[in-house]
Amino acid sequence: MPIKYPSARAGLEGAGGENTVAEVPEKVGVDPQGRDEVSGLDALELAPRTEQDNLGKRIWRSAWPKLLAIAIVVLIWQIVVWSKWKPDYVLPGPGTVFSDLGDVITTGDFWDGVRLTLIRALTGFALAVAIGTLVGAAVSRFAPLRAAIGSLITGLQTMPSIMWFPLAILLFQISESAIMFVVIIGAAPSVANGLISGIDYVPRTWLRVGQVLGMKGLAKYRHLILPASLPSFISGLKQGWAFSWRSLMAGELLVIVPGALSIGVRMQQARDLSDSSLVICYIIVVLVIGILIDVLFNAADNALRKRWGLTGS
Amino acid sequence: MSLVETQTPRPVTGRGDAVVRLENVSKQYGSGSNALLALDRVSLTVQQGEFVCLLGASGCGKSTLLSLVAGLDKITSGTLDIGGRHVSLMFQEAALFPWLSVAGNVELPLRLQGVGKAERRKRAEELLEIVRLSGFGHKRPHELSGGMRQRVALARALAQNADILLMDEPFGALDAMTRDILHDELERIWREQNLTVLFVTHNVREAVRLGDRVILLSSRPGRVIEDYPITHERPRRIDSPEVSGQAAEITDRLRAEVARHAN
Repeated sequence: MPIKYPSARAGLEGAGGENTVAEVPEKVGVDPQGRDEVSGLDALELAPRTEQDNLGKRIWRSAWPKLLAIAIVVLIWQIVVWSKWKPDYVLPGPGTVFSDLGDVITTGDFWDGVRLTLIRALTGFALAVAIGTLVGAAVSRFAPLRAAIGSLITGLQTMPSIMWFPLAILLFQISESAIMFVVIIGAAPSVANGLISGIDYVPRTWLRVGQVLGMKGLAKYRHLILPASLPSFISGLKQGWAFSWRSLMAGELLVIVPGALSIGVRMQQARDLSDSSLVICYIIVVLVIGILIDVLFNAADNALRKRWGLTGS
Repeated sequence: MSLVETQTPRPVTGRGDAVVRLENVSKQYGSGSNALLALDRVSLTVQQGEFVCLLGASGCGKSTLLSLVAGLDKITSGTLDIGGRHVSLMFQEAALFPWLSVAGNVELPLRLQGVGKAERRKRAEELLEIVRLSGFGHKRPHELSGGMRQRVALARALAQNADILLMDEPFGALDAMTRDILHDELERIWREQNLTVLFVTHNVREAVRLGDRVILLSSRPGRVIEDYPITHERPRRIDSPEVSGQAAEITDRLRAEVARHAN
């Protein structure tokens, strides 16, 4: 219901003299609601859907470079063996090692070791995440803490975890606790750092939106700060995992808890028996576990990026 | 002081009450020799149902003014009275949260108010219908175009059920075609929802296209230098002779103001 206002143009004629006024026909009758214009524009602006490749194709595309890398490494290894640089019993070839590996992984004993090591890794990592998150949240919340502890956390991250073992052994003797201590102290700073930088870099416009929507205190954390810091937190977790896995492997070689036949202990035993092939087998096992877990973190990271539209697509 | 002498009567329904009143509002950032006076004794009144555009060159404190009205910032002196009314604010960026779906973003203000899930969902659907985005609720913000995201932001602002909608160059980042269509949309929603809008822009034609009044601000410090009633019949077109003519007049005034800062 257009309301007829008296024309104000009477007083304005000539005021826009330099401005050439285009004569435009009045918009009448054509789709007065403008609905078609709006949805037409929306349809034009939305990117056309690209054909998704099927799952097999996508897996193959991401897998072949990795398979090629493995093939290259095995080939170089084989060439070194063929060159007789070291005797066979010191540096066995891939053939020997892979057949040994096949024997090892079919024993229940081996899987007990893997289970023990993974339980340690996951427990240590979970504790590190809990502690790192608490410390990170506290540090980012209180400015004085932030100034005091912020740089300390970064310093801790650069510290090689193996340096902690002498102290850990003095504090906890040769025990699970000594290993846990080092795993946690290795991983927690990365987790805390991930959270802190996530909270620090919540975009200003989002914070303003939060303000406009009246978010305060807990609600602000629940609905804005925590979700917004998620990508950074996940990279912190990923880095934390890498540190805890390294610390754990160092720990299992140094702190041999009686009766606990973990992967590290088995590797140490193989070395004591001068069984190079078995040592390499365990190296491969540790590598494979590391890669598998990294794949999990990457999958989580990619899923998040895709959901948030942080990728180029 | 206005160039148009006859003050036109406003339509009767619900209009006429002052919902925003600023009297001699000044805003100063910093103090001493570093002090920056952003707004200098600004007085203006926005009435219920009115669409007021604030226009000015850079440094006129338009955005500062909106922040003050929104309560995001405190005035240095003067009186600012919005009678305890609720305001919502829209920016140039849609600033939707990527961890929520489109509907989730619209529901968020309701969620913060403690509205139940079923009610929330229903209301979000209605709001998306208002901005003509029914069926897009399940999408992620990044899957929409800039114009669509801005409409989601509008739906989110409407979800706050505020009395006053503040808009800070909301269409500044959009292409001309999209902006043109969104002007029609905003005008329609403003009319249907009986909104009071305070709209900041540096685009003169946009201001004349949309506003009941265009308030021209000077720069550094921001002062009200002119208050133009825009009385052309709605719906208007941005390229109609009336809008262009008045825009040209206001542009001249704005240019004179900008030129004052030369040297």
